[in-house]
Amino acid sequence: MELTTKAYKQTAKKAIADPILQSALAGLQSRLGPATASLYENLPEGPDLRAKAHAYRRKAVDNLDIMLVTLAGKIRENGGEVHFAATAKDAVDICLDIAEKNNVKHVVKGKSMVTEEIGLNRALMDKGIEVNETDLGEYIIQLAGEKPSHIVAPAVHKTRKEVGELFTEKLGTPYTDDPPTLTRDARQALRKKFMAADMGISGCNLACAETGHITTVSNEGNIRMATTLPRVHVAFMGMERIAANLEEHQAILRLMSMGAAAQQIGGYVSYIGGPAAVDHADGPQAFHLVIVDNGRSRILADEEFREMLCCIRCGACLNVCPVYGKIGGHSYGSAYTGPVGAVVTPLLGGINEASHLCQGESLCGACRVACPLNLNLPRMLLALRAKLSEGDPRWNVKPKSRPEKMLFQVWSRINQNRKVYDILLKLGRLIQKIMPSSNHMIRRLPWPFSGWTQSRDMKPLAGKTFMELWKEHQGGRS
Amino acid sequence: MMYKKKKVTLFIQCLVDTLYPEVAEAMVSVLEDLGLELDCPTEQTCCGQPAFNAGHQSEARSAAKKFIELFEDAEVIVSPSGSCVNMVKNHYPDLFSADSSMLERARAVAAKTFEFTEFLVDILKVENLDARFPAKVTYHDSCHLNHCLGIHLQPRKLLANIRELEFIEMKDSDKCCGFGGTFAVKYADISSAMLEEKVQNIVDSGATVVTGCDMSCLMNIQGMLSRTKAQVKVMHIAQLLSAK
Repeated sequence: MELTTKAYKQTAKKAIADPILQSALAGLQSRLGPATASLYENLPEGPDLRAKAHAYRRKAVDNLDIMLVTLAGKIRENGGEVHFAATAKDAVDICLDIAEKNNVKHVVKGKSMVTEEIGLNRALMDKGIEVNETDLGEYIIQLAGEKPSHIVAPAVHKTRKEVGELFTEKLGTPYTDDPPTLTRDARQALRKKFMAADMGISGCNLACAETGHITTVSNEGNIRMATTLPRVHVAFMGMERIAANLEEHQAILRLMSMGAAAQQIGGYVSYIGGPAAVDHADGPQAFHLVIVDNGRSRILADEEFREMLCCIRCGACLNVCPVYGKIGGHSYGSAYTGPVGAVVTPLLGGINEASHLCQGESLCGACRVACPLNLNLPRMLLALRAKLSEGDPRWNVKPKSRPEKMLFQVWSRINQNRKVYDILLKLGRLIQKIMPSSNHMIRRLPWPFSGWTQSRDMKPLAGKTFMELWKEHQGGRS
Repeated sequence: MMYKKKKVTLFIQCLVDTLYPEVAEAMVSVLEDLGLELDCPTEQTCCGQPAFNAGHQSEARSAAKKFIELFEDAEVIVSPSGSCVNMVKNHYPDLFSADSSMLERARAVAAKTFEFTEFLVDILKVENLDARFPAKVTYHDSCHLNHCLGIHLQPRKLLANIRELEFIEMKDSDKCCGFGGTFAVKYADISSAMLEEKVQNIVDSGATVVTGCDMSCLMNIQGMLSRTKAQVKVMHIAQLLSAK
């Protein structure tokens, strides 16, 4: 996927013109957005839990070094192995190395965003290893050769009919668009993959330092199967996904389930602390936890963006974002979509490169209201835009648009001086007389405002400003 | 009514000042009818929101500085625009976080700045202005007003007390209209798609008037209503509240 303003605009335009996608996105948002909001309103602990959970996450992030060392120590005590990966490549190499040492030929995966971020599947397949996604949505888009378009509903952009056709083509099943039948077809195909796999790969929704375990959540039980059936389990976690103790962990996990799917708790929640013990009937022989940095340390080091590491990738912000609701996930061109993607993709992948993501949002603040952890995403979007305006050597940001900056510098000078401001308004009133207009509205504006009149008329300047009227009003009175 | 005798200083959004002066006049008439003494610094221009939202903080800061100088002697500041009030209340302090004396002044100004319906309902405790407006009216929740300032009940309470006004809640009244300042111009396709949905919801409500507390959103909505020749009028809530 391409990360450019042009690609963003083009993909967005295509998405807007796709009626199937539009109806899928509208359905998703009307189903999950309000349901999540009503769960927040009825939290047994009261609405303060969200602010508390934010504080829990913030504490974990502020003490990340201690948290991770504690977690790693406990997991090692339990016979698991822990690896720290500084970059995406390191993380991938660690996994390839484990696969090679264990003579792995077949991999099953539970859904994981961080493995999307680091491009793990491609690397495994390049080594001749078969990789099967086992989350139904993720499996569908893998069969279709696509990328996920939503953090928790990766195949939301596909219709039943498309899935039916895809299954007939790839799995050889008779065509149907009946969801239970399609699910059964996928399950039958996946069972064989689960049984044949020598390695299971999962993400980590949240780890707990106190107990030394990682937690995975799914609604299909697929992650549970992927992490217990194969002889090797490799789990990947973004280094920030940790809570200090079980009490905080539980609160965050519940809020995450609400944010993600408007559930009190996910259908299958697994706590994994290491490989199977001698007396365990199930579980892998080996357990590896790969803790991925890949740019997170840089976010951690910047007080302005540290809050972003509190994000638990539940996707609640996608379900209310009016921009995501129109353009869909593929427009974002990265693993993370929607408002969270608009902040985290520039931070991980380069602020200049992904400038369109932080600028292509309307700053409406719905994401802030929907976030189970009260993260202030709009504040961070604004901070990114500020970097693009002035540049920032620490983040290696070059000023984005000189002409725009100059325009605002001129605006600023005019804005300082009401006399000059008024003279320009008078000039504007003269100019607008020659603009194409109808029914007292301007139909076409010149650059840089021409985008406005693409779909809207413009109200012309009034004959007198309120300030002029006020002065007259005051004059008349005295 | 603790503010009854205080002087109210008018903070008029630049779009209202230059494009919709009748909105400010309507607000003046409502406040004067309540017996309030008004004041208006006529040197005021834009609060700096467009620059701030586009990332140009130094330019926004100079606008904020001018605003603070003009308004810091006011007893109470009232504006007919939610997003401008949000700028002053929530972003001015951010802009001066590195300058303690300006930060203090910004906070002092922020603390006495109110959106028009918030001022009426929460501060003056007035919900009925004895207005009469016979029409079917729907209300658009502007994002900054609703999500950032938490103002959504106040305008509805005021509308409920307008005689002969039939209030109709539109679908997704709290969804963004797609304006977002320079967003509407830079990402015109996305903005237009958002606005189309909003305009459809307005038209589907069957209302003949759409109202709100921020002319920025209403200007955006009016632009498409006009382009599509929809028979729905756009009016600021002050215009409804001053109608007799």
